[in-house]
Amino acid sequence: MVENNFINKGNIPTSFGFGEGLLEAGAKNADIVSIGADITASVKINTFAEKFPDRFFSLGIAEQNCMGVAAGLALAGKIPVFATYSVFAALRTTDQIRVSVCYNNLHVIIGGAHAGISVGPDGATHQALEDIAIMRVLPYMTFLSPCDATQTKLATIAALNEIKGPVFIRYGREAVPDFTDTSQKFEIGKGQLFKEGNDLTIFATGHLSWEALQAAYMLEKEGIHARVINIHTIKPIDEKIIIKAAKETGAIVTAEEHQIYGGFGSAVSEVLAKHFPVPVEFVGMNDSFGESGTPKQLMEKYGMTAKHIIDATKKVIIRKR
Amino acid sequence: MNKISSIKDLQQISKNIRVNIIKMLAEAGSGHLGGSLGLADVFACLYFNILNHNSENPEWADRDRLILSIGHVAPVLYASLAEAGYFPKEELLTLRKLNSRLQGHPGRDHGLPGLELSAGSLGQGLSVAVGIALAAKSDKKDWRIYTIHGDGELQEGSIWEAAMSAAHYHLDNITALIDRNFCQIDGRTSDVMELEPLADKWKSFGWEVINCNGNNIQEILDAYSKAKTIKEKPSVIIAQTLMGKGISSIENDYHWHGKAPSKEEAENFIKQLMK
Repeated sequence: MVENNFINKGNIPTSFGFGEGLLEAGAKNADIVSIGADITASVKINTFAEKFPDRFFSLGIAEQNCMGVAAGLALAGKIPVFATYSVFAALRTTDQIRVSVCYNNLHVIIGGAHAGISVGPDGATHQALEDIAIMRVLPYMTFLSPCDATQTKLATIAALNEIKGPVFIRYGREAVPDFTDTSQKFEIGKGQLFKEGNDLTIFATGHLSWEALQAAYMLEKEGIHARVINIHTIKPIDEKIIIKAAKETGAIVTAEEHQIYGGFGSAVSEVLAKHFPVPVEFVGMNDSFGESGTPKQLMEKYGMTAKHIIDATKKVIIRKR
Repeated sequence: MNKISSIKDLQQISKNIRVNIIKMLAEAGSGHLGGSLGLADVFACLYFNILNHNSENPEWADRDRLILSIGHVAPVLYASLAEAGYFPKEELLTLRKLNSRLQGHPGRDHGLPGLELSAGSLGQGLSVAVGIALAAKSDKKDWRIYTIHGDGELQEGSIWEAAMSAAHYHLDNITALIDRNFCQIDGRTSDVMELEPLADKWKSFGWEVINCNGNNIQEILDAYSKAKTIKEKPSVIIAQTLMGKGISSIENDYHWHGKAPSKEEAENFIKQLMK
């Protein structure tokens, strides 16, 4: 029986971590500026805007312009942060991100808020389930998908201070377990071993890392020792930790609150296909739109809970050679 | 850069730019001739009179910024940069070729000195200019931002998002220029998608509108001089130009929007220019 090293300190939306990280980094660097597209409070840039009104630009409901303005601010030496719902951040402005931000390789921080189906009652239009797939194909882009509020804060600070090019940070609205340590080392591009195990590996991103841990603890009771690895940087992905897990455990489950096609599981599979192919099962949205409902109802209906991760591990173990 | 104010000298420069545009496009075998030729007078004025810049020090922090939003007229930008000494003119003949710094649409990835922005997808440059202008204002810098747009480009909605924001923030450090040649790939702008009343649109968005003949050096210089005096709001120059200006046989013919001359045509065009 493996001891549960992770304790839920309380449920907090990961967006809070983004807001705190922005505020903390912003207090230390006057070049950090932010852009709002009307929904500043819900994407958590309002505290920065209130504290540094001269470094906040309200641009209205005009996301394409916001992204271009961010590129211009970066060209002129600022470190711009533009946050909006991830459906708009990643999809409405894709061309601006591709040409104005990425093709100029500019240090623009894009906050993708309200990610995933757990946005809930707003329904499918507001549930970003394609953002990982679309953003990770762009050259120069770094894609961060932290697992809880504490890690989101660290990811935000790292995005502002350590990256030179474009970076996308994905975070959610629903309160989810805050379980990682404030003293953890956040290294861009490094996966985190959350639990040892040699029967299979569960790679998870975002708050599904908590679900993956719960699944692994339950599996222990059945004698299945699942390794759990949190991937907070989907691009550049930690190839080493994936290859090592494939070699040592021989079977993989991926878990994400996102479409299976093209998403995090695909990113992991690309590494496996190239270096060490092993069976993979995917937990995520199965090529459909979401709908209205409570976050919990939706995660259950669309198959992205600890229970679904357990089902996937059992399937993959059977396929294991 | 030493500023040239002699109209005759600037006309000669625009002629040099046109000759190089024709040569580089003929060599490349593809590219956008019409708009590039139409803008040669504007670019001669910008790089040899209006802009504060330094080809010896392209990254000079206090330079004025020239943001080309319509990446497809890259040839006029490249020919102007070469004319201004940013790189050797021989390099112009590498346009659109593998490993060239002169991409079909400008790309900063390739390290061309003097190039401010990768661009090619229409409707984005004004937003970028707004970002640069906001940064300049917040740093209390008095260098200016000049943008170049096509008239067809104004059919992109994002242009108007940007226009709204420039006026909202009173960005009098931006002067946009619209290459009003009434042509786009599919035909006359009035047939593809009507833009008029164009000046009224910009005025209603809070911009100062200045009209000029974009193929008349004196009028271009006057328009930019006036733009610099405008305070508290951005300015836009609606520069009426002829697509293909300088080559009478192709002037105002939208079929030359996205076409390159053959080597024979190029020779003939250059002869016409030299007359």
